[in-house]
Amino acid sequence: MNPIPPLSLLAQAASPTTWPAVSPGGGSAWMPAAAATAARQADFVFYFIYWVAVFFFVLIVALMVYFAIRYRRRAARERAPGTVSHNTALEITWSAVPLVLVIVMFYLGYRGFLDIVNPPSDALPILVTGQKWVWSFTYPNGHSDTELHVPVDRPVQLTLWSSDVIHSFYVPAFRIKRDAVPGRYNKVWFQATRPGEYLALCAEYCGTQHSDMLARVVVHEPGGYEAWLAEASDPFRTRSYAEVGRLIHQKRCAGCHSVDGSANIGPTFKGLWGRQAAFRDGTAVLADENYIRESILYPQKQVVKGYDPVMPTFQGQLKDREILALIEYIKELEK
Amino acid sequence: MTAISPEAVFDRPADARPDYLRIRAGLASWLFTLDHKRIGVMYLVGILGAFLLGGIFALLIRTELFTPARTVMSADRYNQFFTLHGAIMTFLVIIPGIPAALGNFVLPIMLGARDLAFPRVNLASFYLWVVGAILAVLAIVLGSVDTGWTFYVPYATETTMGGVIPVLLGAFVLGFSSIFTGLNFIVTIHKMRPPGMTWFRLPLFLWALYATAIIQILATPVLGITLVLLIVERVFKLGIFLPALGGDPVLYQHFFWFYSHPAVYIMILPAMGIVSELISVFSRKHIFGYTFIAFSSIAIAIFGFFVWGHHMFVSGQSTMLSTIFSLLTYSVSIPSAVKVFNWLATMYRGSIALKTPMLYALAFIFLFGIGGLTGLFLGALATNVHLTDTYFVVAHFHYVMMGSTLIAMIGGLHYWWPKMTGRMYSEKAGVIAWALVFIGTNLTFFPQFIMGAHGMPRRYYNYPPEFQFLHQLSTVGSYLMAVGFFLTAAYLLHALFRGARAPANPWGGATLEWRCASPPPPDNFERPPVAGDPYDFSEIDYDPQTGGYVYTPRPAPAAASAAH
Repeated sequence: MNPIPPLSLLAQAASPTTWPAVSPGGGSAWMPAAAATAARQADFVFYFIYWVAVFFFVLIVALMVYFAIRYRRRAARERAPGTVSHNTALEITWSAVPLVLVIVMFYLGYRGFLDIVNPPSDALPILVTGQKWVWSFTYPNGHSDTELHVPVDRPVQLTLWSSDVIHSFYVPAFRIKRDAVPGRYNKVWFQATRPGEYLALCAEYCGTQHSDMLARVVVHEPGGYEAWLAEASDPFRTRSYAEVGRLIHQKRCAGCHSVDGSANIGPTFKGLWGRQAAFRDGTAVLADENYIRESILYPQKQVVKGYDPVMPTFQGQLKDREILALIEYIKELEK
Repeated sequence: MTAISPEAVFDRPADARPDYLRIRAGLASWLFTLDHKRIGVMYLVGILGAFLLGGIFALLIRTELFTPARTVMSADRYNQFFTLHGAIMTFLVIIPGIPAALGNFVLPIMLGARDLAFPRVNLASFYLWVVGAILAVLAIVLGSVDTGWTFYVPYATETTMGGVIPVLLGAFVLGFSSIFTGLNFIVTIHKMRPPGMTWFRLPLFLWALYATAIIQILATPVLGITLVLLIVERVFKLGIFLPALGGDPVLYQHFFWFYSHPAVYIMILPAMGIVSELISVFSRKHIFGYTFIAFSSIAIAIFGFFVWGHHMFVSGQSTMLSTIFSLLTYSVSIPSAVKVFNWLATMYRGSIALKTPMLYALAFIFLFGIGGLTGLFLGALATNVHLTDTYFVVAHFHYVMMGSTLIAMIGGLHYWWPKMTGRMYSEKAGVIAWALVFIGTNLTFFPQFIMGAHGMPRRYYNYPPEFQFLHQLSTVGSYLMAVGFFLTAAYLLHALFRGARAPANPWGGATLEWRCASPPPPDNFERPPVAGDPYDFSEIDYDPQTGGYVYTPRPAPAAASAAH
């Protein structure tokens, strides 16, 4: 996989983005291409309502324009030729016909909804964590990642929650959306039908980088998912600590911490190693292994001067080896 | 009436007293007035001022969205602007807009009454509005607010911005302003109708205001207590909504939408009332299906209370609840559809004058057609999941709030402008501005449907480049709309000072407000007029001498023709 920093759209807006399209090509005029089973149902309902709406809209506007021209007042004293002020049969008809149509709409929508809330029992379970401003996905083997990888043609059940404010997990190509709410688990499932890369977005407003809370969704050909998971679960097998650290930085840290010296939400990692880190309370400490580890696990303990105390803790999200890998990477930046 | 008398020509008593604008001068005569007309005018000025502020925020938002990432402001600034735009437009402009400004002015005159039932409560409601507006401005000064106008927890309890509590207090106070207005309207309509005005001779605008007032009184207290709970939660961390303390953030959403969905009908019902008046008067034909329209207002007010859960289909609300709310949501669409069909039937074989107010009424049918029909997509569960929290929703509610409510309000403003000010505006300028606003509205909001259906989420500062062209169309549309509104402001202000004198009844309306002078004297009518059918135009005759219409009661055909 080409590792792309999920948070750095803001900082790197000038550079060409390699995010998958929100609306993959090959869709219809109104809908993105469908890449999951739920989409077929949703699109059918959408187009049923669409054509009913188009019919009534054209009818209403055509009559309105026709009447406005046909019965326009030519002289100020002119009176209306018509005098009919009600017609109960007509009025009951135009109440009843829409009533029948909306009941059909309700039923179609209801049927499609049941399909996405009730997962098959053999669905692959993945835990989705929303946190300002990154999605993370925990796979059945315990591996946690910022990308959602799933096998094609297999039901996947997402259990969503949030560790801070409400987020909403949205994959337009799958037509699924579900809020990630702190304090409760929400569930949604899907079955991808087309291998490829899709975009997941946050659809519930969550603050400064709400619009950059994106995630790559990769639908693998048969067999690809298992291979990816094995590789992703143990990046140290084929990489040095510093290389793994670079990957972790890109996935987890790059949204707030640059490595080129530019300022962002948090201080840059460039020039950090071995420097005296100055804090908001006026104290300072040497930026060594212990300082970096503490900053990752207890970010509120000391906050660097000139920055807001906004960093979340990564306790439970980064393993000891991964923290060591990040430390190695930060050291390497000075070489 | 046997010969030409001042009364016949100007429809004004021969011993013309000074009108309500000229009877007293000076600031104090306005600030302490109990005259519903003056209070209505003060409301109008305040609401249009807030509309200007909210509109400037909207233009800043659209300008920022001209390119992805940064165009003119930071993400935090953008978040503040869309929050303030939403909060100001909702609480300060659209909710009070038609009832408090136009309704205040017109309702008692339409009833042939001298004032509302409680003039002091009316003035108090205006001052509560002012306090709410001051708190909103204070919120901007005290560090602004970035929660979105919906104030969802835990975001609203966590954000560090200093304006959150002032803006919540502002909305709380504005709620009382709204309740006072609603209470006043209900009592006035019940107790002060003139002889001859049975419930089914009530002008449809008043049916609409009555239905609105029911919602204002029953729903607004829930918003009040919800906002107080939110403030308490933010300050004292009690654990009502905060999950870390055992609270439930989705409970907040239930409370919030229990008011805020019915509030949508507080916004749209008075607009529909205005359109019912305009379509009938400018078609010179009895409104078609009066009873259906009147009852559809009440039906919308009642059904509107049982649909709030459709804002939470993806929140984790139970499937059973979502199903029920989806079904109930569709119940609201029927009375809305009925109204549209009735308006069309009113136009059929009418005598249609395409004056500016009528153009706004026709624009309303067009825009509400789109706004209403796109609601059908959002009521269906399967499509709602895909479309909710995208630009599709943004487009849908702007077609309803802006394209329908504000368009009807501006139509109503033009319709009653001669009555309020005694002056006519330039019809040519009116038509040009109408065209700009109508085209601008569609250009701004229609591309947003396409974006939303393709997955563009709302409240996005940055956006994928595939949406840039549609965003730019939308931005250009908003500028076009702004030009239309500024032009409207210009010719209305011009009319205020230079406009031709308005006749008592410039459009040929049959409701009672057209039987008193333009502008009306302080107590409207010397004797309570006898009301007939508000849509019977057979006794309204064109009078070429004044360029207006006069009411000539039949049976006295000989005398009436002699007056000409």
